[in-house]
Amino acid sequence: MPETAIAKRPRRRVLVNKTIAPYLFLLPFAVLFVAFLIIPLLYAFDLSLYRSALVGGTRFVWFDNYRRAFTDANFWDGVILLFKFGLLQIPIMLGLALLFALILDSGIVYAKSFFRISFFIPYAVPAVIAALLWGYMYGPAYGPFAQLATAVGWPKPDFFNPTTILPALANIAVWEFMGYNMIIYFAALQAIPTDLEEASMMDGASAFTYAIKVKLPMIVPMIIVTVIFSIIGTLQLFSEPYLIYNLARTVINSHFTPNFYAYTLAFTGQQYNYSAAISFVLGGVVAIVSYAFMLAANRGVNR
Amino acid sequence: MSIVGKNFTSARFRRNRWLLTGVLALYFVYTFLPIWYVITASTKTNPDLFSSFGLWFAGDFHLWDNLRDLFTIQNGIFRLWLWNTFYYSVVSAVCAALFATFAGYAFAKYDFVGKKFLFALVLGAVMIPQTALVIPTFLLLSKVGLLNTPLSVILPQLVFPPGVFLMRVYVDEAIPSELIDAGRVDGAGELHIFSSLAFRLLMPGFTTVLILAFVASWNNYFLPLVVLNSSEHFPVTVGLAQWYASATQGSGGTLLFTVVMAGALVSILPVILAFLVMQRFWQGGLGAGSVKA
Repeated sequence: MPETAIAKRPRRRVLVNKTIAPYLFLLPFAVLFVAFLIIPLLYAFDLSLYRSALVGGTRFVWFDNYRRAFTDANFWDGVILLFKFGLLQIPIMLGLALLFALILDSGIVYAKSFFRISFFIPYAVPAVIAALLWGYMYGPAYGPFAQLATAVGWPKPDFFNPTTILPALANIAVWEFMGYNMIIYFAALQAIPTDLEEASMMDGASAFTYAIKVKLPMIVPMIIVTVIFSIIGTLQLFSEPYLIYNLARTVINSHFTPNFYAYTLAFTGQQYNYSAAISFVLGGVVAIVSYAFMLAANRGVNR
Repeated sequence: MSIVGKNFTSARFRRNRWLLTGVLALYFVYTFLPIWYVITASTKTNPDLFSSFGLWFAGDFHLWDNLRDLFTIQNGIFRLWLWNTFYYSVVSAVCAALFATFAGYAFAKYDFVGKKFLFALVLGAVMIPQTALVIPTFLLLSKVGLLNTPLSVILPQLVFPPGVFLMRVYVDEAIPSELIDAGRVDGAGELHIFSSLAFRLLMPGFTTVLILAFVASWNNYFLPLVVLNSSEHFPVTVGLAQWYASATQGSGGTLLFTVVMAGALVSILPVILAFLVMQRFWQGGLGAGSVKA
């Protein structure tokens, strides 16, 4: 309807008032949120309280599956592996992201937009394709790294043994997500008002100390957010090891990461009940680690 | 530009400038390496892929043959996969971004019972492991007979909690409450204020969420892997991963590594191009979300 008509009749009764409008706006999201988040979660929780056996059928076992999960070495090995993976990958990824964001923000390099955009491009490559490409490149028979090593007479690098598989996977994750985090830091740095910049220039602050002392502290909240998202992402690692699995059967097993384990339990073992319990324990681990980090970070910031 | 503004021409400045540009150039080589590899690999014949140097072209330029194989193998199923990926991503992203915008607007501009609790719930949803959701979703979908249908991929992807969070922050910044009040004084209804005033101002935020939801769906692997089992419904990620697995195990017979490489090339190039074309949107939008966070 034309807006002039509204202006002429200011006391017109409206169909949707202030009280019900928010519920109406929330409705589509809320319905789907309940259908595809709340209900599956409740259902999974219900599942996790049962056990089904070939003999005796399905019976209610209270928290027995959880008790089993807490002492399941297959699960905790996966969690420990992801801790190692995270401690290796997250600092490298976010450290590089921060460094590059500070360099790009300071504007002292050539071809700023070119670097900014090209570093972000891997984010557009699906994790599966990224794992597939790196998997090819790691290949001992035809991978370029093996070829280069052979050409100069070195032994072929082995990316698929117990000590190298974690760095090999971490490299894929750094490649994929460094640019995404860099863009977030860059945007946060750019949002810092420029008058601060001028003030510190008058103090004669050099480029580096300026970046570290003035700009870095201002994006600490953003850094905390990215660390938490990285922790959550790390603990859910699945696609990369699942893809590399075929190349590295000796080091990647079906319980390599907790998500991989839950997947195997559900879809090759048909153990939906125990798989659900594993997922919930993993959810608990994610929540505890994120929360602990948030507490530690806040303490550090407020000190 | 500004922070070392004092001595733009000094020798030290120029040296640092070249040094740092060199560091970035080095990382660029690393970023581009797998993409370069897939470009060269998809121009080779299968024997050449194994015998020629991985980071350069072989003598025989075989790209067109590989592409022909890619699009004709198994009755041209790859075309179907590309279309499925596109279809799932567009439908999921448009609806998810729209619903996230509505919800974000409600959280930002209204007071209502249970607001804090509901928002905490949405934030908490980010922490839920994929398997915790996908496996029960699979079981529930099988109960209602939706398993192995396009809807089984699209419906769960319509819930995009990060979008709600981003839109709430964005609405707070982009729409002054006075504007809404002015609309109310003029007698406009709440829905009318949203559709004719607010939504236009929210377009940049909406576009960002749209792109993020699109990428999330385009890249999704776990959900379609679990809920689909006939290959005519597969998105590219699941189909290509399956080809890859059978090529690695050598059980594919006619399935060649070069075809998988060509498939990888074809499936990443459109997204990369789209990113380059739309960079104005995603860069602006990601920035908007970060101001307050």
